[in-house]
Amino acid sequence: MADWRPSATSARAHRARLNALLRAFMAERGVLEVETPVLARGAPLDPGVESWRALAPGGAAGYLQTSPEYPMKRLLASGEGDIYQLARVFRGEEQGGRHNPEFSLLEWYRRGFDDRRLADELLELVQTVAAAHPRWLRPQPEVRQVRYAELLGDAFGLNPLTCSEQDCADVAAQVGLSVAGNLDRDGWLDALVSLVLAPGFEPDRLTLVHDYPESQAVLARPSVEHPGYALRFELYWGDMELANGFHELTDPGVFLSRRERDIERRRRNGQAIPEADRFFALAMHAGLPDCAGVALGVDRLLMRLLGAARIDEVIDFPWGRA
Amino acid sequence: MATYSTNEFRSGLKILLDGDPQTIVENEFVKPGKGQAFNRVRVRNLRTGRVLEKTFKSGESVEAADVMDTDMQYLYTDGEFWHFMLPDTFEQYAVGQTALGDSAQWLKEQDICTVTLWNGEPLTVTPPNFVELKIVQCDPGVRGDTAQGGTKPATLETGAVVKVPLFVEEGETVKVDTRSGEYVSRV
Repeated sequence: MADWRPSATSARAHRARLNALLRAFMAERGVLEVETPVLARGAPLDPGVESWRALAPGGAAGYLQTSPEYPMKRLLASGEGDIYQLARVFRGEEQGGRHNPEFSLLEWYRRGFDDRRLADELLELVQTVAAAHPRWLRPQPEVRQVRYAELLGDAFGLNPLTCSEQDCADVAAQVGLSVAGNLDRDGWLDALVSLVLAPGFEPDRLTLVHDYPESQAVLARPSVEHPGYALRFELYWGDMELANGFHELTDPGVFLSRRERDIERRRRNGQAIPEADRFFALAMHAGLPDCAGVALGVDRLLMRLLGAARIDEVIDFPWGRA
Repeated sequence: MATYSTNEFRSGLKILLDGDPQTIVENEFVKPGKGQAFNRVRVRNLRTGRVLEKTFKSGESVEAADVMDTDMQYLYTDGEFWHFMLPDTFEQYAVGQTALGDSAQWLKEQDICTVTLWNGEPLTVTPPNFVELKIVQCDPGVRGDTAQGGTKPATLETGAVVKVPLFVEEGETVKVDTRSGEYVSRV
């Protein structure tokens, strides 16, 4: 077995170049690089993200971060300005062609930005980076921008806020998709987007999906213009999800009620309920300034730039050989 | 009853789906950054050979199929059943036409085959990759034509018909690749 060997030799120098370009992009805009703990006492309760637990020899327990969101928001709440971080994060047992449990996120926050303005900056970043190396692939200059409700409505005639599980199962069956296991409405919507719609996205085009249902808002603020939706966006390059961003929720009451809902969902699904991050809750109460934030998957961006089919091609020691 | 969770899925795993034993050919993990995870798998039905795509909500469990590959010696056929034996225990198994499928045309007495058992019952028979069989009927050979690429059909002692080069004669023994059904060489 040659498992001791690295698996991303041809991508290694490209990654170094990409990291330098990302840092330069941020530096030019006066966004400050920060560092926050990888290991923390609390974890997010969002049922869609599972944390790794870490145990100290003396018995103390902590969690490896699934994103640097909480401590970065504590910096913002303490008065810091625009900030970014190139962070290693860890999620569940996510392993596959596009998943490695440990991966890299570029996460940044902009004071006074809303989701649309930050999404524009994200597009600028992707296009700027893609143009910086003659051998890297570039997405089409025109971006497809679509609201989540339109995406589901145009394709299937589904209203994401009111459709039933059965409605979703019916349209899925029409395109030959059946799923073993019980799904709630959001689970079905995830299935339709990830397994049916995204695979049909134009391969070299960027697609920005805006305004997710509030039930999938996580920490995005509710939309005033479109009740029931939240100011959250996702960026796809071809069929691959690259980034997720919010006009950040600042209302501590809404934060607490969503956290309660997440705990309830976890209980229903039989998922573990990790320790909540009390420092983050305190910072939310102290007051998060008006800002927008986004997290970009750096490994996946590199995959697209190089035309790599598997994440193993851009990570030297993926989990199987880490 | 043994079960497998989706996070144990990998190619080659034998599971029970729709009442049939199936083997996982391909397993793909799909998950939105902040949402439900899925496993998309391609499975081959070990009874019918059909390949299907199935989607599971990640975390679901599936019953394991008690499927085992064993090496057995082919003994004889009585016309209705084909009889095989485990060489170390002399235990015998009778295999019907359905389980045998196309493999029948390659079976020569004494040859060692792979008999796949499901719950102890023969499910499929895989002949050796290469078999040596005698030609019982073919057109006469054409001398001096060894360099040309032409072929002719030849009937083998087991009833199989394979394409052989023109120079090969009736009564000769030839080596055949059972996976492709193609002639390999004279023996």
